[in-house]
Amino acid sequence: MGQNILEIENLSKLYRLGEVGTGTLSQDLNRWWAKSRGKEDPYSKVGQLNDRSGNAKSDFVWALKDINLSMKPGEVLGIIGKNGAGKSTLLKLISRITAPTTGEIRAKGRIASLLEVGTGMNQEMTARENIFLNGAILGMSKIEIRKKFDDIIDFAGCAMYVDTPIKRFSSGMRVRLGFAVAAFLEPEILIVDEVLAVGDAEFQKRAVGKIKDVSNSEGRTVMFVSHNMSSVKNICDRGIVLKQGKHIYSGTANEAVDFYMSEYSDLATADLALREDRKGGTHFRFSQLSIVDKNGTQTSEAISGESLTLKIDYKKLKSLRLDQGFISTVILDKYENIVAVFRSDEMGFMLKDNSPAGSMGSFKLEIPGLYLRAEEYYIRLIAHESRPRPDNILDYIDNAFQLNITAGDLWEIGSPNKPGNSSIFPANYSTV
Amino acid sequence: MSQNNEWDLLIKPRRKWLDLNIKELIKYKDLLLLFVRKDIVTIYKQTILGPIWFIVQPLLSTLVFMFVFGNVAKLSPAGLPQDLFYLSGVVCWGLFSTSFTQNATTFITNMSIFGKVYFPRIIIPLSKVTASFVNFGIQFLLFLLFLSYHLLTGTIVEVNQTGFLLPIYMLILSGFGLGLGLIFSSLTTKYRDFKFTIEYGTQLLMYLTPVILPLTKVPAKMQLIFKANPVTHVIEAFRYSFIGEKAGGFSLYGLGYAAGMTIVILFIGFILFNKTEQNFIDTV
Repeated sequence: MGQNILEIENLSKLYRLGEVGTGTLSQDLNRWWAKSRGKEDPYSKVGQLNDRSGNAKSDFVWALKDINLSMKPGEVLGIIGKNGAGKSTLLKLISRITAPTTGEIRAKGRIASLLEVGTGMNQEMTARENIFLNGAILGMSKIEIRKKFDDIIDFAGCAMYVDTPIKRFSSGMRVRLGFAVAAFLEPEILIVDEVLAVGDAEFQKRAVGKIKDVSNSEGRTVMFVSHNMSSVKNICDRGIVLKQGKHIYSGTANEAVDFYMSEYSDLATADLALREDRKGGTHFRFSQLSIVDKNGTQTSEAISGESLTLKIDYKKLKSLRLDQGFISTVILDKYENIVAVFRSDEMGFMLKDNSPAGSMGSFKLEIPGLYLRAEEYYIRLIAHESRPRPDNILDYIDNAFQLNITAGDLWEIGSPNKPGNSSIFPANYSTV
Repeated sequence: MSQNNEWDLLIKPRRKWLDLNIKELIKYKDLLLLFVRKDIVTIYKQTILGPIWFIVQPLLSTLVFMFVFGNVAKLSPAGLPQDLFYLSGVVCWGLFSTSFTQNATTFITNMSIFGKVYFPRIIIPLSKVTASFVNFGIQFLLFLLFLSYHLLTGTIVEVNQTGFLLPIYMLILSGFGLGLGLIFSSLTTKYRDFKFTIEYGTQLLMYLTPVILPLTKVPAKMQLIFKANPVTHVIEAFRYSFIGEKAGGFSLYGLGYAAGMTIVILFIGFILFNKTEQNFIDTV
């Protein structure tokens, strides 16, 4: 117990939904009256869990509920969860931006958040002035900043523009400057929220390296929030999964990512049997499509560069002799450009099924390396009775499945590849 | 969980009524100074006149007041240089009103910083007040310039030893402004209605303060309203100290009342501010 650097106990946060305005003065008075008599807040009882998909049943919602967590020095913790799971709320509470409704946080040393870099920078002031201002906002003293000034300028790569107002900087340079200040803050606990989404590739690499440095060699503790599963796997030792404000899983970073992926496996299956927007489908129907990652778990989020298997179920509605059934699986980007086609005839596969009407079957398509950059893609499924002709379509479904590919680390550089709807192949440069 | 004293930081839902962590404030003193510097420097960045803008505004106000209230309405005391009379009013009023208006929307204007980083929120109001001290200092030098001109040209101006109370005057003016500002900043966060009253209210309040006329010329039935306003006593005393008894009146009771009011308002302000800063980001 004694060696924990951060302890969180029964932490909860209640938010009020809707407009704060008309009617709230009376609620405020009501609350105040209840509180002053030592009673419980009359509005906190009606809070429901944070589920954004449903309609709100009450005006209050638990953004976080009963979170317990402890961290040891030098640990890098990844916090994952869907939007609205409470990740940012948790970080906001830890970085003292807002106060919790119940519970307690105990910490040793300085906590610094990179919730958004470059906070409080003034456009009119020069880079030098801003480094001092920004550093002081983050809790550094003047002497400390002066000591690290040259390193900061170096890391940000803007030595030439030290005395230029930052309104003349490009947005990328401003971000770099902000990150540089925060990176040299040397807090005992560093909180990072999706900062990796900004800046160019070179800078991202340095940023990831810095976070690793901070945790490994300097023994500092990092809390890292990201939607990017590969950077969580890469940077973190431990991971926790939040869902609707509750802490539902904790384990190693890899385990947590896998759990998170499988948690959303309900999205990983597309029910196709009842789809009306199809061609054909009278004799033969695709009934289900599911996606399985390299570990055999169902997922809707595949990682770029890793293997992927599509499992497709079908049903024969009427009796049909299939000796050389043709299948084509097409991957399209969100602008409906075809990025990959898997034709069964080219690949030496024919669907053979002479079972009677009403029977079901399935087949799978294995892709050893999914060399597509992180983006949303769509899958189109086509079946023909034999060699494809316009008159022998068995079933044709556009947009059968939305495949979300998250960035991988194909070049093994320690930071995720850029997103985009192009392909990305294993390759390497070298001098000849 | 037993060794609570080991923790550097303890975050709990509800804090004490008045929770001024002096140790923490001292740690952040560099930030305070940097904010003050930012407030002062950014005002004249990319201007031609630069720091001269600090004195243009009170000079223009003084000129307008001299014309409207001095020459047309003839409200200024006879036999006294109008420029000194109005400049003193404008400079004193300026310290109060900047301390107030600059702080009255603290939470709303700094939402983006407060939403991302923690530092003691009170640093912002304190830096604004410090900046208005600097502003006042510059304007007071301007006043001294006018004063010495009149002393040298032989106009009857009586400067007396009560002038040493200047720091007290400054503390009351800025403290009262800060206190009101803290109260308003807490109110505007939740109920924006108050935002609209700030500018208009300050203007209105100025006419209930002897900025444009000496207290002796205020009609008898209005006297009480004027005297209820702490700023009144300070402006009167300031004029008495630096221009003479024709310009203003010195009353220890008045100053005592003003100081007492300031302490009460400041106290309420700090409590409200302390309460608001914990959760305001959820309601703005």
